[in-house]
Amino acid sequence: MSSLCRDCLQEFGAVAKRCPDCGSPRVLSHPELGRLSIAHLDCDAFYAAIEKRDDPSLRDRPVIVGGGRRGVASTACYVARLYGVRSAMPMFKALKLCPDAVVIRPNMAKYAKAGAEVVALMRARTPLVEPLSIDEAFLDLSGTAALHHGSPARTMAALALEIERQLAITVSIGLSYNKFLAKVASDLDKPRGFAVLGRAEAAGFLAARPVSLIWGVGKSLQERLAADGIASIAQLQQKEEADLMLRYGAMGRRLYRFARGEDSRKVDPEAPTKSVSAETTFETDTRSAEKLAEELWPLCERVSRRLKRNGFSGRTVTLKLKTADFQIVTRRTTLPDPTQLAERLYQAARPLLKREADGRLFRLIGVGASDLGDSADADPIDLADPTATRRKQIERAIDAVRDKLGTGAIAKGRGFQPAPPKAKPPRAS
Amino acid sequence: MKLTIERGALLRSLAHVQSVVERRNTIPILSNILIEGDKGGLSMTATDMDLTIVERAEAAIGKSGATTVPAHTLYDIVRKLPEGAQVEFDGAADAGQLGLKAGRARFSLATLPREDFPSASVGDLPHRFQIAAADMRELIDSTRFAISTEETRYYLNGIYLHAHTADRKKTLRAVATDGHRLARVELGLPQGAAEMPGIIVPRKAVAELRKLIEEVDGAIEVSLSDTRISFAFANVLMTSKLIDGTFPDYQRVIPTGNDKMLKVDRKSFMTAVDLVATISSEKSRAVKLALKPGHLTLTASSPENGTATEELEVDYDGQAIDIGFNSRYLLDIVQQIGGDNAEIALADAASPTLLRDPANGNALYVLMPMRV
Repeated sequence: MSSLCRDCLQEFGAVAKRCPDCGSPRVLSHPELGRLSIAHLDCDAFYAAIEKRDDPSLRDRPVIVGGGRRGVASTACYVARLYGVRSAMPMFKALKLCPDAVVIRPNMAKYAKAGAEVVALMRARTPLVEPLSIDEAFLDLSGTAALHHGSPARTMAALALEIERQLAITVSIGLSYNKFLAKVASDLDKPRGFAVLGRAEAAGFLAARPVSLIWGVGKSLQERLAADGIASIAQLQQKEEADLMLRYGAMGRRLYRFARGEDSRKVDPEAPTKSVSAETTFETDTRSAEKLAEELWPLCERVSRRLKRNGFSGRTVTLKLKTADFQIVTRRTTLPDPTQLAERLYQAARPLLKREADGRLFRLIGVGASDLGDSADADPIDLADPTATRRKQIERAIDAVRDKLGTGAIAKGRGFQPAPPKAKPPRAS
Repeated sequence: MKLTIERGALLRSLAHVQSVVERRNTIPILSNILIEGDKGGLSMTATDMDLTIVERAEAAIGKSGATTVPAHTLYDIVRKLPEGAQVEFDGAADAGQLGLKAGRARFSLATLPREDFPSASVGDLPHRFQIAAADMRELIDSTRFAISTEETRYYLNGIYLHAHTADRKKTLRAVATDGHRLARVELGLPQGAAEMPGIIVPRKAVAELRKLIEEVDGAIEVSLSDTRISFAFANVLMTSKLIDGTFPDYQRVIPTGNDKMLKVDRKSFMTAVDLVATISSEKSRAVKLALKPGHLTLTASSPENGTATEELEVDYDGQAIDIGFNSRYLLDIVQQIGGDNAEIALADAASPTLLRDPANGNALYVLMPMRV
């Protein structure tokens, strides 16, 4: 058995309730502790934690970060979670469960900055960091023991302490021998946790879990499996690989392997961006086609801006709508050429929207670009549209002005909303 | 209605009209063809509401009358009948059935009343001219491959036909583009076409017309308004709606200053492009042309397949240039050029390229390069 004190980072052989060195109760013991090197790091209630950090008066209060009264809760702090609030829960529901919650509008720029700082601290330990989102990532620490003078487990514990010290937020860590189990583990001991899943226990641990734990098993596959009498991973473990493949195709192979705790995916530091999207939830549900179209334009501008900034072009444009009763509708179209222009995205998404805006009540609209390529391939000369090149230049000119003077400095007529009447300035007497 | 017709004549006409009928139809009557027997013979009409074909065939008429029967069923039956068979139709106006006899085979086909069949009235078609079937084939063949299938730009889903005057030369022009390539062909303006509006003939009408005139020798009578067009020839009258839209100002995208002139032997160029393109990825189909005076190197590569190189001696004395194309598009055009040689005028690797047959000035083609 190997043990590690998560406070003083002392490694020792015996199982102990408290660290023999510093007396801390945060002792991690596991027979395979020194041999596991794939980690998943997940920030605890990330957005809420940052808001609490920046406003200490919020520390003991339930905090929900989310889009106003209408949107969904992006993050609920652990206090709010005691009331049953979960992330992705509609705001009205969250506020019914926890009427005293402090609701904070998300400040993505702030979170992105903190997220980047976390990633930088991770990259200082290993180049093999694969961010999954703004607040979680996989790390492969194989072969770093000599460099860091300690096992990957110790390196991760040290990293967690450093993030707490430097950024004043907490993280939870899962450590295992592959990505699937590392991610499962990071969820076991939240918040400020550190959980380990070793080879010897993997199959037994998984057996008792539902199939939905497996990466790639969504609602529909889960229903299909349930219809076939498979609800738990234990039931999957009893099936032959060939049978599963026959029934579920390539997914069958994954089910077979994951059920046994086998996952050969590498930690890929350059996991490519697959799509760029933006969405917004309305203050009040709408069925108005004009209102929907009005909301669509700024989203296209946002997607376009991110495509341009990151050197991408997209060829598939996806429109997303969510009805008042939470049905998600997505419609997509493929462009003849990749684009990064807001105008093109809008022109492609507009007809999709026209078809869907049939009087149903919607609460959310989003637009995305996928099938991403290089920006050098974006918007070539279009023989069927002699004015396209000029419009491209106009959009570039608008971008240049915005880079210099800010987003509000210039807008297309389409996005123009008259400013609300200002209060009259006090008259000089 | 009672009439008898020779199987071969019936099959030929049915083959023509039935292809207008969509396989899946939500409106039952559109699955049917209208059969009319009168003293002039048998006439068959099929329509999809946008496109209507009427074809006449000789038949021995016992009793005139009209009804509608399922197009594909009738076609399949006639197709399977033995060669030389005499086919007899026999049906009362309100019986709901049409009897069909050939030899000892008997069929009874469900009918729908002829009154339900959409009327083929076309309104006034004020512009009329004649064009040789061979010329019409040239107009279509030179341009149809460039017709776009993009739904959002529906006005590109056909061939743009219009009268054009330049340097006192009057021509009838056909143009098609999908944004990546553009084909333009012009022929002497037929008498009576000078005042015609610019029209866009939809893809399906183009395809059907091309099939019907494959073996026609004479002239085609064209009549049109700004919403409809009809083509009359032999025993056929074809009428189509036109696409209601504005074709882009294509003249602005045809380059005029391309000065790097490449001349290739058409056959060996096609063979070489086709050969290296075997390696190109399914998605991009890219081939790269690296030009030096007198020499062309064609290359293709894809991460999955590997790389390919082929070299050709060519007629070129411009600056060295590397330029990429979609091999499929390039081949379509060079195939269409037809003569012994193809002339390719280049500007740079990102600008439209001009292709033509140096021996035939009727057609020109524009192709957008792609980044390789």
